[in-house]
Amino acid sequence: MLAYVLRRLAGAVAVLWAAFTVSYLILYLLPSDPVAIMLDQGAGGERVDPERVAELRERYGFDQGPLQQYVTLLGRTLTGDLGTSISSGAPVSGLIADAFPETAKLAGLALALALVAGVGIALLASWTRAAWLRDLLLALPPLGVAVPGFWVGLVLLHLFSFTWFVFPAVGNEGFASLVLPTVTLAIGLAAVVAQVLSQGLREAWRAPYVETAFAKGSGRARVLGAHVVRNGSLPTVTVLGVLVGNLLGGTVVVETVFSRQGFGRLVENAVTTQDIPVVQGLVVVAAAVFVLTSLLVDLVHPLLDPRVLAGAHGRTGGGAR
Amino acid sequence: MTLTTRPGTGATTTGPVDPAPSGGPLRVRGLRVAYGDREVVHGVDLDVRPGEVVALVGESGSGKSTTAHALIGLLPDGGRVTAGEVTLGEGPTPLTGLLPDAWRRVRGVRVGFVPQDPGTALDPVVRVGEQVAEALVVHGTPRRAARERAVEILAEVGLDRPRERARQYPHQLSGGMRQRVLVGIAMACEPELVIADEPTSALDVTVQRRVLDLLADLTGRAGTAVLLITHDLAVAADRADRVVVLKDGVVVEEGPAARVLGAPEHPYTRELVAAVPGRNNVPSASAPDAGPEPGAPDDTAPSGAGAVAGTATGTAVARTDPGTDPGPGATPALLEVRGLVKEFRLDRRERLRAVDDVSFAVPRGSAFALVGESGSGKSTTARLVLGLERPDAGAVELDGAPVGADRATRRRTQLVHQDPYSSLDPRFTVAAVVEEPLRAHRVGDRAERRERVAQLLQQVHLSPDLARRRPAELSGGQRQRVAIARALALDPELLVLDEPTSALDVSVQARVLELLARLRAERGLTYLFISHDLGVVRQVADHVGVMSDGRLVETGPVGRVFDHPAHPYTAELIAAIPGARTAAQHPDRKDLT
Repeated sequence: MLAYVLRRLAGAVAVLWAAFTVSYLILYLLPSDPVAIMLDQGAGGERVDPERVAELRERYGFDQGPLQQYVTLLGRTLTGDLGTSISSGAPVSGLIADAFPETAKLAGLALALALVAGVGIALLASWTRAAWLRDLLLALPPLGVAVPGFWVGLVLLHLFSFTWFVFPAVGNEGFASLVLPTVTLAIGLAAVVAQVLSQGLREAWRAPYVETAFAKGSGRARVLGAHVVRNGSLPTVTVLGVLVGNLLGGTVVVETVFSRQGFGRLVENAVTTQDIPVVQGLVVVAAAVFVLTSLLVDLVHPLLDPRVLAGAHGRTGGGAR
Repeated sequence: MTLTTRPGTGATTTGPVDPAPSGGPLRVRGLRVAYGDREVVHGVDLDVRPGEVVALVGESGSGKSTTAHALIGLLPDGGRVTAGEVTLGEGPTPLTGLLPDAWRRVRGVRVGFVPQDPGTALDPVVRVGEQVAEALVVHGTPRRAARERAVEILAEVGLDRPRERARQYPHQLSGGMRQRVLVGIAMACEPELVIADEPTSALDVTVQRRVLDLLADLTGRAGTAVLLITHDLAVAADRADRVVVLKDGVVVEEGPAARVLGAPEHPYTRELVAAVPGRNNVPSASAPDAGPEPGAPDDTAPSGAGAVAGTATGTAVARTDPGTDPGPGATPALLEVRGLVKEFRLDRRERLRAVDDVSFAVPRGSAFALVGESGSGKSTTARLVLGLERPDAGAVELDGAPVGADRATRRRTQLVHQDPYSSLDPRFTVAAVVEEPLRAHRVGDRAERRERVAQLLQQVHLSPDLARRRPAELSGGQRQRVAIARALALDPELLVLDEPTSALDVSVQARVLELLARLRAERGLTYLFISHDLGVVRQVADHVGVMSDGRLVETGPVGRVFDHPAHPYTAELIAAIPGARTAAQHPDRKDLT
């Protein structure tokens, strides 16, 4: 078990480092001069003072060779210093720290709602014997996946904010402002959870151990609770790790539609102004979130499925032949 | 009452049992089962009395498993009992037509069920002890008491360190241990009847014997009635008091085991009994091709030529020669395997020696069988011979030349795979499957290849109209014929046959084995035959090598090895072959041993 945890941890660190390096390389290779952009914005089209350019280049370290820049940047990042924003001059870590709680609230609520709805739909569809209800419930997930999030957001805005005036259309004030963005963000997630989970449950119902359990005299509720859910939810747990990682991307769209402050806004601004330190910092933070959730999934997996620790051979139950 | 005890394996039946009904635990009358509109069980009558073992035998599609599932109300979706009555014990309520709640008070308590595949019948994510305890908990035992009892049950079914085992997961147990756990679950509430659906067909013979002994011991002591569903007539002969033969959903014959299997009356039963491999008598009259007698291997054993083969002296098998005798000592070894070693890494520290210093030689035109249980290394040896795996040490030579990665040697050695259901590409037509090796080696033009495919299909007795079908439209036997045709396409000298008939019904197997024997005689092929089924080996091979834990523990002519095994493991393997009881009772039948 300890070896397994250490392997996963080492893997997580390697992924973080790779994300940092690749994002650095791409941003460095981009044919743009951040200092020129910055001065252009300030100068409003006037001629730029070369001395000032050189000074700024030195301040941000752009005068060094690429390898040296990389090493300095990596060292700084490791100590938690993500540099300063080119456009605002504020520390990047501060910008991210300000934006993160709003986004975390939104993402967390959306995830919770998606889990309740997705798991509920899948369980009900798996439990019910009424064919019409099952068919109806199983038609929902494909619909939810197919409908784009921004469209849902706009429809919700139109109905609940501009027609019935139930929830505010924009802003970060109070719980009411969270409702519509959360629902918008949760629909796609819930659909994937419901889809993957109901597929897993359907397969688990067909497994021979279910017949064994029925032959013992167990009822449907018991078989579902004790055997089908535990086995059928394994793929969902794996998918969930990826979903949570992608959640940050989803917040960019939703925060834009609902004009909310947060991570998504920060990303949008940083990219449009080519604010390289901010973009780089955001990539590192996003990668960290992704790596942490994957790590969490990897650590939870052996608790749900004891075969994981036995290695690839144990998965199929087959030994050496 | 018909039978009192059944100690272990070698019990004899009491006299002929009157099939008339009595107050037995299970009474089935006119049972009909349909999937949708298609009826698959057409009015089956069945009685199992207390303490009696009744075997329900038949081939796939006979409806035996459907009948078993109908009896405990666990038909798959779409299946339903359309007519008939099933009663259990003295109770006046028939089982047929029970509501789900009432079924829950029958299953587990009054009827125990031992499923087919121990690999998948236990929940992989629940501890073994918990799964045994569940059988008690659902019928009202408090959880703590059930857990304690589960440990006792694990001890009763013969698991060592039961307290530790109870905390383990199924993947940490061997197949035999898992089947013991499943027997324990079925017996947990001391039911009146146990239905065992092919309980050992997924297990090696020595493990099969021990599990069946256990089942006989537990049910015998408790006086439990047993309905044993099996395709294996030898198992039925050994274990059952009475046998019921099912064909296409109809009972064609029933009676005491010794009578039904020793002197079958119905033509179908006769065909089934005749198809059991390893018999030395003539093939059944219904068999289509009249090739050389499959039980009599060609006498091509060289005297002194093969490194290991030795001479075929002292064999009990009468060797009649169908006319391809190349003369003693004249045949050099086609395949020679010397000091073969193959290791697999399990993890950082452990390595598994799958093949450990294996040497043998197969003279041209003969058939050499490698037998052993799962994990013995026989399939790995086959892969090494085919050049699909590189040996860590040792050499494989074909006609004196090393077998390597070059495609020329591949042409001379071809494989027939074990599972005809997954070894054919489902999107290819039969013709495309057979043609593929020709295309891969750029043999002939399109018209020539088509001609060759037609020839090959004819040689394996497949109708030319099958050429445009896809594998899914063929039966298991037809598929395996396609696989054989594909293997023959490049005119190989050596065929490696990896359990070529283990997925087939016994009558289909008999026909495929006949085909293989005829092809060998006609084309002078050499076979390396991999099998766990000693009956099959006895029928097709001249020489046999017994593998255990990667080592070749014994080699020699089939008759000598089987009748006078020199190595204790060989003796154990042979003793475990089911069918000994019938053979003992019918000394005129010296087969099945």
